[in-house]
Amino acid sequence: MSRAALLVLADGRFPAGGHAHSGGAEVAVRAGRITGAASLEEFCRGRLHTAGLTAAALAAAAVLGLEVRELDAAADARTPSPALRGAARKLGRQLLRAARATWPSPELDAVAAEFPKGAHQPVVLGVVARTAGLSARDAAYCAAYECVSGPATAVVRLLSLDPFEATAVLGRLAPEVDRVVDRAAEAAREAVDEGVDALPAASAPLLEIGAEWHAGWAVRLFAS
Amino acid sequence: MDGVTGTGVRATARIVARADGRGATSLPVLEGEGPLALRRTRGSGAEARVTVVGAMSGPLGGDRFAIAATVERGARLRVGSAAATIALPGQAKGEARYDVRLDVAEGGELHWLPEQLISVKGSDLYVTTRVDVAAGGRLVLREEQVLGRAGEAPGRLSSRLTVRVAGAPVLDQELSCGPGAPGGWDGPAVLAGHRAVGQLIVVRPEFVAEPVVARMLGECVALTPLAGPAVLVSALAADGLRLRRVLDAALGELGG
Repeated sequence: MSRAALLVLADGRFPAGGHAHSGGAEVAVRAGRITGAASLEEFCRGRLHTAGLTAAALAAAAVLGLEVRELDAAADARTPSPALRGAARKLGRQLLRAARATWPSPELDAVAAEFPKGAHQPVVLGVVARTAGLSARDAAYCAAYECVSGPATAVVRLLSLDPFEATAVLGRLAPEVDRVVDRAAEAAREAVDEGVDALPAASAPLLEIGAEWHAGWAVRLFAS
Repeated sequence: MDGVTGTGVRATARIVARADGRGATSLPVLEGEGPLALRRTRGSGAEARVTVVGAMSGPLGGDRFAIAATVERGARLRVGSAAATIALPGQAKGEARYDVRLDVAEGGELHWLPEQLISVKGSDLYVTTRVDVAAGGRLVLREEQVLGRAGEAPGRLSSRLTVRVAGAPVLDQELSCGPGAPGGWDGPAVLAGHRAVGQLIVVRPEFVAEPVVARMLGECVALTPLAGPAVLVSALAADGLRLRRVLDAALGELGG
């Protein structure tokens, strides 16, 4: 299997619809909680250690072969906001569509048939990574990185932030992404023996609450 | 109580609520231990009431507290506490633990409404709350955490709240804050300077036929239907008093 498959999957231009979502950054900008590079960095750091860790562990667990339906239910329980559950399923469906064209396999077809409305994106990401011959850590890296790169890119548009500054934020967070991936991969290994309850459930109250506020707006730049 | 040891105090309290067959609820098991004393208080109608009385302040570092309550088929139990639970720094090394296990059988109803948990500067507490509600069971559970006493920096507080209905997970949430918690906990994605965080979870079989619509109940308060017959109110506030006001209003909105 190709190592470069990781680059294909992690590429922001992979046509899986992620660019339409801000990861909660749009609502944080409106509320005045993200005003520049420093607050963007704190936002991304908080998201990485909560929703990012949870997503990375779900993705890694899917690579290790945990039951997709159980992981999807675990993702539901870890996502109290219906707006975020909806966004995660939509993103999961879009990712699956792009992945089936890229790495056709009966396993991906089976997930599409079982979840016509889409499964949670991190779970799909794990199944896709496995199909592409990637490891649990690779999948965790994709999930953890995406959880910070999404808001960073969105804030460039929302605040006209200098793209160099946004990229510098991602550079400074890189060592923390490594640590989150280590924790996620470790938890996923434990879950193989102990079941999905061993996966982290780290949550960010403001991301969940903000997503519900955002979903009620008549006009918004991003879908979530 | 196993006693005070070099590793802290261990105490477990147990409650079993049983329908007595005459329309009321009896408490065949009501066992407090050490700092977790239990008092039966005046109930109303079919409901039995229990108050957890903190006979000692705590938990301190190294302590391990546990409470288990079982509500049997058709029984109704309401549990509150006489005062806030205060996590304090201790002589013993390591974190303190507080584990709550709640089981509600079919046709049973549990109102679990303790006072706030206050994380004092220098304390280190890990709280787990695990609830299993059988199909046809009912639950109202409130959890409030206050980070630091007035004007004080918080201690380290980690918590995990897991709720299952008919064996399926409907809510699984972990929160970690204070010194030593993973970065960004007080930042714009997580708490953004709020010092009180609360959750109110309501499980009712009727939510299957009449789902609740998600709505905002305040700037930092959202009412959300979960993936199952349950609703969560998630709230952030500047302090414990404001948090309680918001959660009381939310419970009123859900019809008590």
